[in-house]
Amino acid sequence: MTSTSATKYETVIGLEVHVQLQTRRKMFCGCSADYADAVPNTHVCPVCMALPGVLPVINEKAVESTVMTALALNCSIPAYSKFDRKNYPYPDLLKGYQISQYDLPLSERGWLEVEVEEQPPRRIGITRVHLEEDTARLTHKTDEAGESYSLLDLNRSGVPLMEIVGEPDLRSPEEARAYLVKLRQILRYIGVSKANMEEGNFRCDANISLRPRGATAYGARVEVKNMNSFRAVENALRFEAERQTRALDAGASITQETRGWVEGEGTVSQRSKEGADDYRYFPEPDLPPVTLTAAQVEAIRAPLPELPDARRRRFEQEFGLPAYEANLLTESRARAEYFERVIAAGAGSGDASRRKRARAAANWMIGDFARLLHASGLEIDDARISPADLCAMIALVEDGAISGTSAKAVFEEMFQSGRAPAAVVRELGLEQISGSDEIAAIVDRVLAANEKPVAEYRAGKQEALKFLVGQAMRESRGRLNAAALTETLTAKLREKA
Amino acid sequence: MSIDRETVLHIAKLARIALTDDEIELFRSQLSDILGHFDVLDGIDTDGIEPTAQILPLENVFAPDVSRPSLPQAEVLKLAPLTDDGYLRVRAVLE
Repeated sequence: MTSTSATKYETVIGLEVHVQLQTRRKMFCGCSADYADAVPNTHVCPVCMALPGVLPVINEKAVESTVMTALALNCSIPAYSKFDRKNYPYPDLLKGYQISQYDLPLSERGWLEVEVEEQPPRRIGITRVHLEEDTARLTHKTDEAGESYSLLDLNRSGVPLMEIVGEPDLRSPEEARAYLVKLRQILRYIGVSKANMEEGNFRCDANISLRPRGATAYGARVEVKNMNSFRAVENALRFEAERQTRALDAGASITQETRGWVEGEGTVSQRSKEGADDYRYFPEPDLPPVTLTAAQVEAIRAPLPELPDARRRRFEQEFGLPAYEANLLTESRARAEYFERVIAAGAGSGDASRRKRARAAANWMIGDFARLLHASGLEIDDARISPADLCAMIALVEDGAISGTSAKAVFEEMFQSGRAPAAVVRELGLEQISGSDEIAAIVDRVLAANEKPVAEYRAGKQEALKFLVGQAMRESRGRLNAAALTETLTAKLREKA
Repeated sequence: MSIDRETVLHIAKLARIALTDDEIELFRSQLSDILGHFDVLDGIDTDGIEPTAQILPLENVFAPDVSRPSLPQAEVLKLAPLTDDGYLRVRAVLE
């Protein structure tokens, strides 16, 4: 994209996200919704197979999860909602229609705050969050004679599917990605879905158009599908924005169409789909409407956890943490809660020392702890080290019982064994050497063994001091207090000069 | 209210059925008759009556989120005209 084109047009993006809800049963029947590793066509019953005479019944948990999501996305919840039939001739639902929600969804008009690096946060509108059912999985094949056919697995058919429709408020591929990352984070925080794009329980379709900067009318829009990672969404949108820019620059017009993202190739035109009218939506006669009183909505809101943005701001204020650290700590609900348990374990200390401890806890959690978890492929909930033990270890460092260097070894051992810090310190013989005689003895040995660096330091080469500190640390296996060591070392170097 | 030939053809296309010329005329007149009945309803005074999409005095009929055993795979496959290695097999649906 040339720089003039980049400023000439404004990119307009709206995302539709489909999320599989984590429920035990399917949306309208009793089949298990947990089909991930199941043999094909083993989570099937007369209802999701659309046999004549069956009656669907709404899964209550799916309604609650949808309303809970809508509340987390600042939507309003109408008192009356209903389901509709969306008719289409495709065998991924044997009924010949999908039960969805057309004109009276469970929620509407919300927003999500999105932040792209270096820019102030922006509110992206949420049109609606509604509930429908997932479709069967089709695999396309060709036989020896060259005849193509499709294989149908009904296990996914009828799994609760929540659709989150966003307003065309996004203005760049980066912002679209940030929106998805934030949305996934919230869904995981409130625990309604695994929200894993690679596993297919979080899917995204994007509408993208360009318009001359300053214009208010939207340009012809293209729907982009088949993106199965955040990176793919961003790349597909960037490709599409550039393609449309070139077309407009060349004086061509944009065809309103659906395009599929093909990795390594770009977006590719797909056959045009039927217009909205052709779905012949009509109210689902087998399902009575859903009505929600204000009290019922509040009952669903009550168990909502503190959401990531609120928590991040509180971490910044309450613990004086920098935005970067507060952001990392609140990335997942489990990590944020672990952090708070570490702080709670050290309760009773004053505000200043609480903040100091919070900084230390944050450093451990973002540093060594995150590294070890990653290396061993564990989530924080699987960690053997308890929040109370991490707190106790931080206290040992604060009190000078172990050095910062030793703490790393202690932490690693605690991480592996899950044992308490005091026991680990004793076992590894890592109690900090704080007696001045002991420190002096070690320093004397180091000075005697390193005549050349000593001479260099005395000749004015400051870096030699670092080397000597390192030697003393090695001599003591990291058990020396760094400040006390440096003090003794410089004093002795001066004294013998 | 009457339905024209084009509308019948459009509906037939959506339903994926082929119609002969005689059938097109037959359904055109039958579908027009059905819509004619709605004209009768249009004549009723509905002032002060809340619109509804439901005729039953029911709301919030829910099932608790508990799963039940599904059908054995063999039972499911038995109902399909064509199967293939545990799957139902259908004609190509690639768009």
